[in-house]
Amino acid sequence: MARRSFLQWPVVRQVSTGDLLGRGPSVTSPRTKALAPRTSTADRAVQSVCPYCAVGCGQRVYVKDEKVVQIEGDPDSPISRGRLCPKGSASEQLVNSPGRQTRVLYRAPRSTRWEHLDLAAAIDMVADRFIETRRRTWQQEDAEGRLLSRTMGIASLGGATLDNEENYLIKKLFTAAGAVQIENQARI
Amino acid sequence: MANADCIVIQGSNMAECHPVGYQWVAEAKARGAKVIHVDPRFTRTSAVADKHIPIRAGSDVVLLGALINYVISNDLWFKEYVSAYTNAATLVHADYRDAEDLGGLFSGFNPETGAYDTASWSYAEEAGDAIGEPGAGSEHGSDASARAAGHQFGSGGPALEHARVQRDDTLQDPRTVFQIVKRHYARYTPEMVHDMCGIEVADFEYLARAITENSGRERTTCFAYAVGWTQHSLGAQFIRAAAILQLLLGNLGRPGGGIMALRGHASIQGSTDIPTLFNLLPGYLPMPTAGRHDTLSQYLEAIASKKQKGFWADADAYTVSLLKAWWGEAANAENDWAYDYLPRLTGAHGTYETVMGMLEDEVEGYFLLGQNPAVGSAHGRMQRLGMSHLKWLVVRDLNLIESATWWKDGPEIESGELHTEDIETEVFFLPAATHVEKAGSFTQTQRLLQWRHQAVAPPGDCQSELQFFFELGERIRQKLAGSDDERDRPLLDLTWDYPTDAHGDPNPEAVLAEINGRHLEGPDAGKPLPAYTELRADGTTSAGCWIYTGVYAGGINHAANRKPGREQGPAAPEWGWAWPANRRILYNRASADPDGKPWSERKKYIWWDQEQGRWVGDDVPDFPVDRAPGSQPDPAAGGPEALSGDDPFIMQADGKGWLFAPKGLVDGPLPTHYEAQESPVANALYPQQQSPARLVFPRADNLSAPSAGTSGAEVYPYVFTTYRLTEHHTAGGMSRWLPYLSELQPEMFCEVSPELAAERGLEPYGWATIVSPRSAIEARVLVTERMTPLSVGGRTVHQIGLPYHWGVGNDAVVSGDAANDLLGITLDPNVQIQESKVASCDIRPGRRPRGPALLALVAEYQARAGTTIETGNRAVTDPAAEGIEPKPGGHGGAGGRR
Repeated sequence: MARRSFLQWPVVRQVSTGDLLGRGPSVTSPRTKALAPRTSTADRAVQSVCPYCAVGCGQRVYVKDEKVVQIEGDPDSPISRGRLCPKGSASEQLVNSPGRQTRVLYRAPRSTRWEHLDLAAAIDMVADRFIETRRRTWQQEDAEGRLLSRTMGIASLGGATLDNEENYLIKKLFTAAGAVQIENQARI
Repeated sequence: MANADCIVIQGSNMAECHPVGYQWVAEAKARGAKVIHVDPRFTRTSAVADKHIPIRAGSDVVLLGALINYVISNDLWFKEYVSAYTNAATLVHADYRDAEDLGGLFSGFNPETGAYDTASWSYAEEAGDAIGEPGAGSEHGSDASARAAGHQFGSGGPALEHARVQRDDTLQDPRTVFQIVKRHYARYTPEMVHDMCGIEVADFEYLARAITENSGRERTTCFAYAVGWTQHSLGAQFIRAAAILQLLLGNLGRPGGGIMALRGHASIQGSTDIPTLFNLLPGYLPMPTAGRHDTLSQYLEAIASKKQKGFWADADAYTVSLLKAWWGEAANAENDWAYDYLPRLTGAHGTYETVMGMLEDEVEGYFLLGQNPAVGSAHGRMQRLGMSHLKWLVVRDLNLIESATWWKDGPEIESGELHTEDIETEVFFLPAATHVEKAGSFTQTQRLLQWRHQAVAPPGDCQSELQFFFELGERIRQKLAGSDDERDRPLLDLTWDYPTDAHGDPNPEAVLAEINGRHLEGPDAGKPLPAYTELRADGTTSAGCWIYTGVYAGGINHAANRKPGREQGPAAPEWGWAWPANRRILYNRASADPDGKPWSERKKYIWWDQEQGRWVGDDVPDFPVDRAPGSQPDPAAGGPEALSGDDPFIMQADGKGWLFAPKGLVDGPLPTHYEAQESPVANALYPQQQSPARLVFPRADNLSAPSAGTSGAEVYPYVFTTYRLTEHHTAGGMSRWLPYLSELQPEMFCEVSPELAAERGLEPYGWATIVSPRSAIEARVLVTERMTPLSVGGRTVHQIGLPYHWGVGNDAVVSGDAANDLLGITLDPNVQIQESKVASCDIRPGRRPRGPALLALVAEYQARAGTTIETGNRAVTDPAAEGIEPKPGGHGGAGGRR
C-alpha cells in the first residue's frame, strides 16, 4: 500500500477544501465521488402517476437500458409538487421486487402445487371456461317472463387500482356477456 | 383545502393515509386555518392538528346533528345562501312523519320487508299531492336498496316528476324543510354528544365555534372524510349530515369549502365513474332492473324526467350515446338502440351477495383483478370458503396474493376446515403489468383524470388488463363466431375493433377516444365531441361515459395535459382534465351571491360579468354560462332551460342543495342516529337501536354480538375499529411484497389504552387474541395513550384499533392475521357497503389457538353470549313501534306540528 503524502492528511484536507468541520469534500471517498444519482444517468424520465392512494401524486419514472432504475416525485405536479409518501417512494420495488410473479401459474383441481402454463394457452383455457359457464348458467327470463339475458355464474372483483380504459373494457365485455356481478373496491 | 379557514377531518386519518395531499392542510394551517381532527384514535393527523377530539366509533351523526342544531338554534346559518340555494323553503308533503315522532322510525316503514316506502317524504305539490318520481310510480325502498340506488347519484341528484315545488320563503310553515330540520335535530344537544360520543361539552363548543366563526361571506370551512364515514350501516347518512351542515353554513361550491372524500385507491373514483360495479353503467346511469326498466322507454322515464330541472333531464342522450358506443351499427332506432343487449338485475348482486352465491354453488367462475378479498373484504373466512366452491378462479395480480394461495396455505387449511386435496377449484394466476408498464388514465379523488405514459414493457408473461381483456374478448368472439344463438349477439355485435400495435395490443388512447365519444353523422362524423351537452338521443352521437366527454376534445388527450403547476394559478386547469368539463370546484355558481357578485373579495371565484353577459372567474363556470343571475324561466320548461339564475345545483332535479332529501335515500330523508349493528351502548335518542333499514344477513356463518341491554353483550365488551398505516396499502398486495415497506411495518398489531391493557392483563409488545362472533385473530400489543377510554352513557367504553393490512399466507415478505376476519356482513342499504369501522369483540392475552382449537374458541364465545342467527338482526327493536304506518292524508301526528 502506497504511503499517504502529507497533503492527504485529513486536517490538511479540511483546511485546503474549506470543509472545516470535516463533514464534506475532505472526507468524501473516491468511491462516493464517483457515484452519480440514477436519475442523472437514466436514459429517460417518463411522467406517471402514483398507483397507491387517490391523491394522484405525479411521478417521474427513470429508465435505463429499458429497466426502471428509480421512481421519484414529479415537481411539475400541482397536486404533489414533487413529494411522495413512503409507498410512492417505494414504488420502484413494486416494479422490480424479487418476489414479483412474471409467469403464468396454474393449479389443477385437487392439486397441491402450481405448474407453469403458456400465456396464450392459459387465456384460451379461461375463454373456454367462460363460454361453458355462461352457457350452463344462462338465465334468459324470469318466472314472469321478463327478459334477464344474463349469467349469474361469472363474477369479477377489482378495478379501483386499474386504468379508466381498462375498467371500460372490463365492464363492456362482461355486460355484453351478460355477467352482472362485476364489482370493485368502491363497494368496500 | 388550501383555501379553507377551518378544516374538520372526521372519519379519516389524512396525514397518514393521504400524506402528500395533507400538505395542503398544512399549508392552510400555516396561513392561519384551524384544523380539528375528530377520530377514535389520536394519530399523526391529530398530532399536527390544532385539536384532537376523541369520539366513539359510529356515533358521528350525534355530533354532526348537534352541530346542525347549534347552527340553527344560535341563528348562525348563512341566511342568503340557505334561502336562495337550498331547499329550506320547500314544503314537504303533509303525510311526512319524522323519526322524532315515531320512536326512531320515519313514516313509511314496513317491518315485513324491513324497508321504507318513501312516498310520504316527497315534496308537496299543489292540491295536496306529492311530487313523485318519474316513470312507473314510486319505487319501494327495498327495491331501490337492492340495486344500491344510492350509488347512482355520483354525478347528480335523484329524479323528480317535475320541479314545480311549493315554497314558503319566510321559512315559517311547519312543513318547510327548514322547520322540519330544526325540529328533527332539537334533541341533538351538547349533553347528548357527551353521553353518546364521549365528547366533553367544552370540546364540542370549541368545534362548534370553530366552524361557525369560519363560515359565511368572508370565510369557509371544509370537511374531509374517508372510509371512517362510509363503512357503517348508515354510512351514506354520515355524509348527508355533513352536507346539511355545510349547506347551512354556505360552504358548498366555494373555495375552501366542500366535503372532501379522501379515496384510497389510485382510480377508485374512475372505477365508480366507469363502473366495474353491478348496479351502474358508465356515468352513473343505473343498470336496468327487471320489472322496473323492462323497455328503453320505461328505463328513460324512470331515470330522469324531461320536466325536472338541470342536466340530468338529458339522460336519454347519455343512455343512447352509450349504447351506440358499445354496439355501433347494431344499435338503431328499430331495436331501441340495442337496449335488450343489456342484462337485467333482479335484486342485489353486490360482492357480498356474490360470495354467498359461491357458497350456494351458483357462481362457477371468478376474476380477481388487483384485489385481494381473502384479506381485504369483510368476513375473510366467508370469502375464502366461498372461493373454495368455485369451478375456476382467475387471479390477475403483481404478486401471489392470499386470494391466489388460500387453497394451500390459507387459515382454513390450518384449521382443518379445508383440505387442499379435496378442493376442486382450478386456479389461474396471470401476472399483471405495473402502472409504469402500461399507458392509461387514473381518476384521482377530485375527479381529475391524469394520463400515465408507458415507461417500459411488462416483463415475462405480465399483461395489462387492457391487453388481457381485449384478447379474452377476441377469443370469446372467435369461438362464438357464426353462432345463431340470440344470446351471443351482444358479444358478436360489440364494437371491439381497437387499433393495435405491433404486438397486437390495443391502443389505450383509442379506448379513451371511445369513452369521450364522437359525432356519428353529418360533416363532423368521426370527430371527437367537445362536451356532453353535444350528446343526442337520436343515435347521431356516441359516448362511452358521458361525464368524461371533453377529455378528448379536439382529438387531444387532455388527461395528458402537463403544464407545470408553478406556471398556472391555483386551479391549474392545464394539468390533467377534471370531469365534468374540466371544472375543478363543482356547483361553483354558489361562490357568488344570488345577484352574481362574489360573496366577498376574499372568497371570489366565479361571478357574473354584466358587460359580457356571462359567468367568468378562476374556473370553468358550473352553470349555463349566459344565464343571468336574476333569470326566472318557467320551471315547467324542464331541463337546463328551467334552471333559474339562483339554482346553482344544476344536477339536482330542483336546482337546490338538499337539506332534506325527498328522494334518493332508502333509510331516511334526514340523518338520524342509530347504533351500529354491534354496540355496547344503547341508543339514547330512540328506542330503535340500529338503523331499521340496514341490510342484515342472518346466517349461521355471520353471527352478530348482542347489543347493549341484551343478554350476552358483556361477552364481547369492547369496540374495535380498523384502519390503514402509511407504509401499507389495503390488503397488502402492493406493499407486503416490497422489502422496504415490509421492513417499515413488519407485523400485525393492535392498539389498546393503558387502562384496557391493565383491565385485561395485556403486556406491551406481547401477544393478544381478539375474538369476535366470526373469528379470532392474534396481534402484537401496542399499549398507547393514543387510545382514549371514553365515558359513554355512564360507563367506560374501550376501543381497540386494528390495522387490516396483513393476511395469512407464505408468499409475502411479511404476513399475519387479517383484521377483516373478525368482521361480519351488515350493509348500508343505500350503497351496499359493509359496516367495518365499528364492531364488538373481546381481547385476551396470549396467542390464538391453532388448528381446530381456534374454531372451538370462537364457538365457546358464541355459546357463552348465547348468540344465534336472530341476534342483532331484528329490523325494529322497539316492539311498541312495530307496525307503525302513516295514516294517508292524516294530519297533526304526535308532535308533527307546533
